[in-house]
Amino acid sequence: MTRIEFWQGNTACAEGALAAGCNFFGGYPITPSTEVAEIMAAKMPKKGGVFIQMEDEIAGIASIIGASWTGARSMTATSGPGFSLMMENIGYAAMTETPCMIVNVQRGGPSTGQPTMGAQGDMMQVRFGSQGDYAIIALCPANVQEMYELTARAFNLADQYRVPVFLMADEIVGHMREKIIIPDSMPQIPRRPLVKGTLPFKAGADLVPGFPQFGKGYGVHVTGLTHDERGYPAATNPQLHEALVRRLVDKIENARHAIADFDIINPDAEQVFIAYGAPVRTVQQVMHDHPDKNIGFLRLRTVWPFPEFALREFKNVKRFLMPELNLGQMAREVERHVRVPVVSIQKLGGELTTPTELVAALEAPL
Amino acid sequence: MRHEVRFSGFGGQGIILSAVILGRAAVMYDNKFAVQTQVYGPEARGGASMSQVIIDDEQILYPKVANPGIFVIMSQEGFEKYGAGAPKDAVMLVDATLVHSRPQCKYLEIPGTREAKQTLGKDIVANIVMLGALVASTHVVSEAALEKAILDSVPKGTETLNIKAMKLGIELGKGAQAHEVT
Amino acid sequence: MSFDDWYRQDRLPHIYCAGCGNGTIINCTLAAVDQMGWKKDDTVFVSGIGCSSRAPGYIVTDSLHTTHGRAIAFATGVKLANPDLHVIVFTGDGDLAAIGGNHFIHGCRRNIDLTVVCMNNQIYGMTGGQGSPTTPKGCLSSTTPAGCAEMPFDLCELAIAAGANYVSRWTSYHVKELEKAVKVGLETPGFSFIEALVQCPTAFGRRNKFRQVADHVEYLRAHSLLKAKSDRLLAEGKPIPEDMFVVGELARRNRPALGVKP
Repeated sequence: MTRIEFWQGNTACAEGALAAGCNFFGGYPITPSTEVAEIMAAKMPKKGGVFIQMEDEIAGIASIIGASWTGARSMTATSGPGFSLMMENIGYAAMTETPCMIVNVQRGGPSTGQPTMGAQGDMMQVRFGSQGDYAIIALCPANVQEMYELTARAFNLADQYRVPVFLMADEIVGHMREKIIIPDSMPQIPRRPLVKGTLPFKAGADLVPGFPQFGKGYGVHVTGLTHDERGYPAATNPQLHEALVRRLVDKIENARHAIADFDIINPDAEQVFIAYGAPVRTVQQVMHDHPDKNIGFLRLRTVWPFPEFALREFKNVKRFLMPELNLGQMAREVERHVRVPVVSIQKLGGELTTPTELVAALEAPL
Repeated sequence: MRHEVRFSGFGGQGIILSAVILGRAAVMYDNKFAVQTQVYGPEARGGASMSQVIIDDEQILYPKVANPGIFVIMSQEGFEKYGAGAPKDAVMLVDATLVHSRPQCKYLEIPGTREAKQTLGKDIVANIVMLGALVASTHVVSEAALEKAILDSVPKGTETLNIKAMKLGIELGKGAQAHEVT
Repeated sequence: MSFDDWYRQDRLPHIYCAGCGNGTIINCTLAAVDQMGWKKDDTVFVSGIGCSSRAPGYIVTDSLHTTHGRAIAFATGVKLANPDLHVIVFTGDGDLAAIGGNHFIHGCRRNIDLTVVCMNNQIYGMTGGQGSPTTPKGCLSSTTPAGCAEMPFDLCELAIAAGANYVSRWTSYHVKELEKAVKVGLETPGFSFIEALVQCPTAFGRRNKFRQVADHVEYLRAHSLLKAKSDRLLAEGKPIPEDMFVVGELARRNRPALGVKP
């Protein structure tokens, strides 16, 4: 039986993780994500899982990567400053193809910035923040329901593609309380184990190798150094390095159609909003208040890998309008895929884009 | 119909809890939609705390309160920071014990803190008294829903006290004389 | 079975320099592990970055060669998520006490059930001999060209103060004692810390008048002060020579520990 709750976004995130079988949380409390850790601290032991408050965010993500190698569905939750500290080990997770789930309840940056106010300033950092080329998956919830559902999906994606997956929430969605309908259960797609006797970092057509879980007799060596298909360091082999890094990127980018999650409204419109996270709510309000087939909407839940093919659904578009709580981070990504103008509707300061601001952008001359 | 309700007072009065209870009543027991938000940060701990609730029969899209139509103000500092600018068509419940200013809009004087202390012996339930008065005077949620949401939210062992506080508030709300805009 | 059975035969030759002390420490550790009768499938080696941290790559078990300084944090996740696994950390002085210092003290404080073996060569060996937090005062390195001006960490005192259940220090000269110490560490629930002072002829020795490996090993032997003797000197109110360091079992206790197999 489904049931209704009146939950905070961060509560829904923690509960969604537990419903998805998350059994290891390692992290360091930071506003505005702290409620996720607090709920995990209270509930995880009752579910037979592990909650550990580590000494910092570097240790938090290190612990969940270690736990993941024992087969755990592991996660951490943080915000800007902690996210910055995690960057090196995020690259390690990408390089070693470690499934893990990282929640970033975004707040205003740079630096300590606005701990209690919402922002979307980490959208490029999540994609490119660690050194070198790699790819990740990032999902953006716009309501409490999605804090639950996208969290649960993130674990499946992490296991399926052996990659760190990010729930890029924001303080607005993380802290608001609203109605949520709790599903009976969340589908769980388990990690595909490595076939015994095959090389641990040799992938098939989907470019994702099977997982050699610690303690199962694989005797696998895992290293952040450039490694061959046996997992052995081979850091000075140019061809091997290029092939490895290309595979790490391609396994995600090639799967972007399968990973994509978006809605298209009014595909014939000339003016098209694109939004993810909290600003989705403002666009929805404007679309509700101004019913007009000439106003379209591409509403993204998957932001990385960027589903650029969705942009082509709008055949008559004259311009894209993109409200973001940053200085146009994802608008730049859109710009490189389209030939029409992309109007970046930027908002800093911690408050949500208002309907009035979007209406003004709509009414501005083309 | 969209109602936007703003609560303000000082840290420790249960301002946030009041908003959560109201939203919970709407969602869980009145089959409505609600979004509750609040001001975070160190200012909200000792100084003026503030929380808002939107209640609607339809799904709530824009989740932020733009023009609160209903105010519940429980401290003078809260009034100055979050109540003084109330628009003329709003309605405000002021805890007459603690707020000495009066707004430019219609208002009801509810002696929440005094009544909680004198009648129930616990000023800690003043916020629940104010909630009862709010529901009696505005009907943003039903009294039955409010009662259930209070029972869900208050600490074990305090249920009877809190329901008494709610009922006291309902009486005060029904009996209060609305001061119209002059 | 012997320590030799724990090595990956397809990974040889290894990267360690001729005369490096690390091989001795790895052999002693694997000999102790072998004596525990643990299955290879149930044993995991974790390391950070540096010469010592390459050790897990030569061992047949599951192993995690992680980022610089973070081995204990990764190992904490492995151990807590599956307490059935025996988790051993190889680290070095720079990895453990500089960039990883915070994880080290918190690992000790939690008293998490790990055995941490630190190969302390008092320098950053892999990257060409930069000063570390254990480089002795006055010693030369590429970043202390006029002699190290800072006081070094005493890693064992740090571990004891932070709460580790078992702490001992030996050197690459004391192979029998070291093997025994690692075994006691493996047997002791909670955080076990074994520091092994090692010679690094390439990065430390050649700058600090130990051109011959044997000279450095002899120095380590001659400047080791047994714990019992140190205690006696202290009891008699006599000074402990400044250039000596205490070796032996420095702490063995039974504080509440984390991650112990139920």
